[in-house]
Amino acid sequence: MPEIKVTPLGAGQDVGRSCILVSIAGKNVMLDCGMHMGYNDDRRFPDFSYITQNGRLTDFLDCVIISHFHLDHCGALPYFSEMVGYDGPIYMTHPTKAICPILLEDYRKITVDKKGETNFFTSQMIKDCMKKVVAVHLHQTVQVDEELEIKAYYAGHVLGAAMFQIKVGCESVVYTGDYNMTPDRHLGAAWIDKCRPDLLISESTYATTIRDSKRCRERDFLKKVHETVERGGKVLIPVFALGRAQELCILLETFWERMNLKAPIYFSTGLTEKANHYYKLFITWTNQKIRKTFVQRNMFEFKHIKAFDRAFADNPGPMVVFATPGMLHAGQSLQIFRKWAGNEKNMVIMPGYCVQGTVGHKILSGQRKLEMEGRQILEVKMQVEYMSFSAHADAKGIMQLIRQAEPRNVLLVHGEAKKMEFLKQKIEQEFHVNCYMPANGETTTIFTNPSIPVDISLGLLKREAAIGPVPDAKKPKLMHGTLLMKDNSFRLVSPEQALKELGLAEHQLRFTCRVHIQDPRKEHETVLRVYNHLKGVLKDYSVQHLPDGSITVESILIQATAHSEDQGTKVLLVSWTYQDEELGSYLTSLLKKGLPQSTA
Amino acid sequence: MAAHLKKRVYEEFTKVVQQQHDDLSTKKLRLTKPSKSAALHVDLCKATSPADALQYLLQFARKPVEVESVEGVVRILLEHYYKENDASVRLKIASLLGLLSKTAGFSPDCIMDDAINTLQNEKSHQVLAQLLDTLLVIGTKLPDNPSVRMRLVEVACKHLTDSSHGVRNKCLQLIGCLGPVEKGVTKETESQAAKDVQKIIGDHFNDQDPRVRTAAIKAMLQLHERGLKLQQAIYSQACKLLADDYEQVRSAAVQLIWVLSQLYPESIVPIPSSNEEIRLVDDAFGKICHMVSDGSWVVRVQAAKLLGSMQQVSSHFLEQTLDKKLMSDLRRKRTAHERAKELYSSGEFSSGRKWGDDAPKEEIDTGAVNLIESGACGAFVHGLEDEMYEVRIAAVEALCMLAQSSPSFAEKCLDFLVDMFNDEIEEVRLQSIHTMRKISHNITLREDQLDTVLAVLEDSSRDIREALHELLCCTNVSTKEGIHLALVELLKNLTKYPTDRESIWKCLKFLGSRHPTLVLPLVPELLSTHPFFDTPEPDMDDPAYIAVLVLIFNAAKSCPTMPALFSDHTFRHYAYLRDSLSHLVPPLRLPGRKLVSSPVSPSITPHEDPSQQFLHQSLERVYNLQHLDPQGIQELLEFTIRDLQRLGELQSELAGMADFTATYLQCQLLLIKALQEKLWNVAAPLYLKQNALASAAAKQILEETYKMEFMYSGVESRQVVIIHHMRLQAKALQLIVTARTTRGVEPLFGMCEKFLQEVDAFQRCFISELPHMQGSFVDKLLDLMPRLVTSKPSEVVKILQTTLRQSTFLHLPLPEQLHRATANIIEPTGESDNPLRFTSGLVVALDVDATLEHVQDPQGTVKVQVLYPDGQAQLIHPKPADFRNPGPGRHRLITQVYLSHTAWTEPCQIEVRLLLAYNSNRSKASARNPKSTWSESLEALPPSENGIEGTIPFSKPVKVYIMPKPARR
Repeated sequence: MPEIKVTPLGAGQDVGRSCILVSIAGKNVMLDCGMHMGYNDDRRFPDFSYITQNGRLTDFLDCVIISHFHLDHCGALPYFSEMVGYDGPIYMTHPTKAICPILLEDYRKITVDKKGETNFFTSQMIKDCMKKVVAVHLHQTVQVDEELEIKAYYAGHVLGAAMFQIKVGCESVVYTGDYNMTPDRHLGAAWIDKCRPDLLISESTYATTIRDSKRCRERDFLKKVHETVERGGKVLIPVFALGRAQELCILLETFWERMNLKAPIYFSTGLTEKANHYYKLFITWTNQKIRKTFVQRNMFEFKHIKAFDRAFADNPGPMVVFATPGMLHAGQSLQIFRKWAGNEKNMVIMPGYCVQGTVGHKILSGQRKLEMEGRQILEVKMQVEYMSFSAHADAKGIMQLIRQAEPRNVLLVHGEAKKMEFLKQKIEQEFHVNCYMPANGETTTIFTNPSIPVDISLGLLKREAAIGPVPDAKKPKLMHGTLLMKDNSFRLVSPEQALKELGLAEHQLRFTCRVHIQDPRKEHETVLRVYNHLKGVLKDYSVQHLPDGSITVESILIQATAHSEDQGTKVLLVSWTYQDEELGSYLTSLLKKGLPQSTA
Repeated sequence: MAAHLKKRVYEEFTKVVQQQHDDLSTKKLRLTKPSKSAALHVDLCKATSPADALQYLLQFARKPVEVESVEGVVRILLEHYYKENDASVRLKIASLLGLLSKTAGFSPDCIMDDAINTLQNEKSHQVLAQLLDTLLVIGTKLPDNPSVRMRLVEVACKHLTDSSHGVRNKCLQLIGCLGPVEKGVTKETESQAAKDVQKIIGDHFNDQDPRVRTAAIKAMLQLHERGLKLQQAIYSQACKLLADDYEQVRSAAVQLIWVLSQLYPESIVPIPSSNEEIRLVDDAFGKICHMVSDGSWVVRVQAAKLLGSMQQVSSHFLEQTLDKKLMSDLRRKRTAHERAKELYSSGEFSSGRKWGDDAPKEEIDTGAVNLIESGACGAFVHGLEDEMYEVRIAAVEALCMLAQSSPSFAEKCLDFLVDMFNDEIEEVRLQSIHTMRKISHNITLREDQLDTVLAVLEDSSRDIREALHELLCCTNVSTKEGIHLALVELLKNLTKYPTDRESIWKCLKFLGSRHPTLVLPLVPELLSTHPFFDTPEPDMDDPAYIAVLVLIFNAAKSCPTMPALFSDHTFRHYAYLRDSLSHLVPPLRLPGRKLVSSPVSPSITPHEDPSQQFLHQSLERVYNLQHLDPQGIQELLEFTIRDLQRLGELQSELAGMADFTATYLQCQLLLIKALQEKLWNVAAPLYLKQNALASAAAKQILEETYKMEFMYSGVESRQVVIIHHMRLQAKALQLIVTARTTRGVEPLFGMCEKFLQEVDAFQRCFISELPHMQGSFVDKLLDLMPRLVTSKPSEVVKILQTTLRQSTFLHLPLPEQLHRATANIIEPTGESDNPLRFTSGLVVALDVDATLEHVQDPQGTVKVQVLYPDGQAQLIHPKPADFRNPGPGRHRLITQVYLSHTAWTEPCQIEVRLLLAYNSNRSKASARNPKSTWSESLEALPPSENGIEGTIPFSKPVKVYIMPKPARR
């Protein structure tokens, strides 16, 4: 029985280091190649030795697919392709291909330059790795080799995030990557057609959460910012460079536009500026509003948002500043925070989750006195707000996607085991499909029941369809033909053609049967009687009396001879081909009953 | 020569064919003249190849065919049809047959048999489909012939088994359009088609082709539209179709389910996988709600729209649509809305959100959480958050309709509507504001909601702000803090956008009169009065102060204790505002004191509508005093006109009427003055200088009459008569003046002629009104008509002069409602000192924003005029799309005017104004009497009088500073 095997090398009952191996119909595909943020040792990258102990990975993998540019989905890529060694194709969407190297380079810099690690991939390796990337468009079907094809769907998680359908023959797997079912200010919602894959591999970050309407969050956020700015206070929003930052920028930009506000908004330079550039380019990947209005104005060409300079932090008057990094643990955001923390008019808004131990986490948990380096005590008088802007599908969203795609099996990754358990149970209950949640390194085998397509010649189809009742889509139909398995393809052809193609001579199979009839008359009279009798019974068939004294009914031949011993008994020789089996046997049984007593 | 011969031959040939044809089938065809059918026949015979024939047919299709020859043409086409081997030609013929049967006045029953016959041997699916289409046309042309329809349906049923989807499609369409609707008919005709059409169509719900499935559902809907009661059994079939793979099928199925839910709302259907049962309408509601999260946005829009019209749904189902149970890590979480509500009810002000404020509360029983509910859960929550704004708008509309019928739902959906005020697309914001206004009678805004609503006041879009003002006009606020908040925000809005002044004042007027008790405790604070100290008197011209006063005075109207809190200057200000902004400040019953003695108040207090009375009194006075000495009349008229104009300024609701009558009296005054001139007694040569006055008066009267006719809405025929009469008098005056000043009889001759024609036309037009015009100019004139026609021009002039002097002046009856068309240019403001610079020869776009009131058909009549300093004038026709209609009788023009000029040395001002174009051909008189020849006679008017098409300026001109710079090289 054909089967699909899935082995997560990362992201199995875990968040981070997404890397999933799928073997489907003899093809091996690796989905994502991410790093883990929580580790600094070997565990940060997936264990590629699982695939092969020695030898190039290229021989074992048909292709690698990267769903989006977040490092937990693409962070290990240069290591994998350049240091471990892989020369096959790597597929990602255009925006991902554009932004991915920036993030990888940033990651490399932090690890190598700041932390001083050696044995790490180099800039050149990133470049070499990116050369192996093949960019795909949305809904474009890419033929990886003759049998394996992949297709990208919009995922709405970050710019360029995509879900991939991997298809071999009629077996298919959909990998969602990270996705978002509720549209936000700059991206649309994930969408997939009713592709009915054999397996859907879905993320499940928010497996046990149903989120509130995003409008409340947005409104709260805007109101807070607006009020503070009106009071003359300064607002600090620590963000990570990509993704949420752009959403918040759009949100504030449109709000400023709508409300005619004048207070300046600044954006810390560097990465973000580069990223914004790509956002401007990939307008087609954004949401309806931005796509529709970009003819007048590209929404990412911010009117009110300007680049930040360190000196601006001391300027008087209200302002809003986006600064990196997002958890206030270092860098510019922390510097600004220290400057502004003392004034109760100011505000800091944390738009995302903060890891324990960071300044962000401390202030969010209500700490008002912070101990900074050098035993300084920083008193936090500014207001601290938390707004969660997250671009993962919640439980309802996941269910909605499953409903849209109608998979035969579901496999959950990228989530915590306990939460997955709940969702798994829900999915099985609601959709009556099998749901799996393998741990890292654990292989799940899914048996598929593929339908095998067979080509049929049009002539044959028409001929066979014409017989019997009108075809009904819901009912199977019986057809006659020859199944030809040749050159790895299946064809249903008519027997004649099959013979011709295979170069075989046609053999005729004839059944012959003797029927004894008591009839004292002459042979030809008997024949005549038989003829008349048959003609009377078989009105719909052509019954012919040939001059040589035989009778044909369609293609069945009947001859009569006198019995060699008993002249009163006539022997009727009935001969038919196997195609006419039905009629032939009917005739025989008819004749065996004997002729009706002649009235003559 | 040869060519000529050939032509001859052809001609002859054609003739022969015609005759033959006529001979063969004279009785049948009834062809009387060489018809198109013959020509077509020849063409088709000539055609050597199918392509040729197709060309001929295409050419033929371009020309219309007259009713008589349709049948002949059809026969020829059919004849050719049988001979033709090429499918494309047959297809064209089939489509032509359909076109021809559509010909008005042609009854296609005679060709039906033939058309059905053609179906029999047709092999091509496309042609078959086209033929069925033709049959459909024929069937729809014969609506009262059940047997024909029966036959057609039967034919269609036969072809339902065709293998091509196109043919099946058409068959279903035909059955849907022609299938028998009444049960009785089916019994009479004992045929196969007597089978239930619904069943036949229903069988095709499971067709293999999605297009056929869609057609089947559409056919079913068509049957419903034609009045057939669909069977409830279809419901379960339709429900299955909701899960179809194709969006058009799902979309149609949603419609079908909606129809069924309206037909059988109270039926009981079982819930699958449990033994409970619910009402059908509830079940359908749940299913349609489910479709709001469909994969295709077309279906989502469809579903969201239909939800709005399902008002029979039970309330707990309805409320579920707004419910989305939140959870976090399997623990129940409250929505932000619930939290806001709680915060509010606990009496605590928003403290800002804390980390973990939304921390989940109780554990949820994992079994009870239903992630994909079969019910209506959260449908609107999803719809309102949808990616496509089309869906969001549809959801808002649906919300509006449901909330209008259910107050409790209205209360619940408020939070969501308020949220929509922050949508990224302006259209959606506007729609939700309008929705809120529509349901405002059902709701009271909480403070936190009000807060969000008011935040939108800062929106830079004027449309949004104005919509919001309208909303505030009819909102209920629950607390005095709410009122205060609203006032503060409105004042903020006022400082930010001073152009919103009127709108804000109006808004505060309603806010005050709706919440007198809430305003009362705020009065001291608002007026900044102090129990012990006198506070400085605020500036009376400050729009913000006026706004506050408007609020207070309107509240004071139904709160008699309030005036006690006013300080002295407040009373003075009241008097002033009552006078200057009478439409915003209501009459107040103030306690004695200084107010009573104030000059304006007496007229206000006693009667219910003194101004109306005043208007009528003054008119009475004028009409009664006809026989005073001319001097007295003139003075009285002058006073009355002044009074009326003043009244118009004060009482906006009477402005139209006052202005209208004032204009009329003005005309009368001018006429009297002109006739009083001494010139009439002076010898002809001396007039030259003095006649200026008389002819100017005539001209002005003419202008005014056009204004009266076209600038006021609500003018009735009684007024039109009098206006026209006045115009006639003016024309008579003109004639007299010209007669006096010009030498020679020749030009006069023509003029007299014209004038008499006009009198004639007047008579014809207003014959029914003439009895009311005893003793008037025209009355007398008509008496003298026989004499006038025969006499010489000089004679005519003399008669006219005397008649004009002797005639009495007519009462102008006032209509119920009369409004003067007004326009107010909001932008450009004309206050800018910065010239608009542009390179000469290029174009600069000037944004023009104006409000129009009481303009009928503004798209056709309103023009923008630009006057350049060199006297050059430019007339711009705004696009119809530039006009918006915010309310009855009100329009808003937002357009761009393109300016250009050669280079100037200095910046200079241009004038922009709005004009009302009129056309006396479209005059109200002729519109009312279609028989009249008024317009025709007008065409014969001399060119000088050719004011048929003209324009009336009806807005104040606005000056714009511009500076075309010379182009740099």
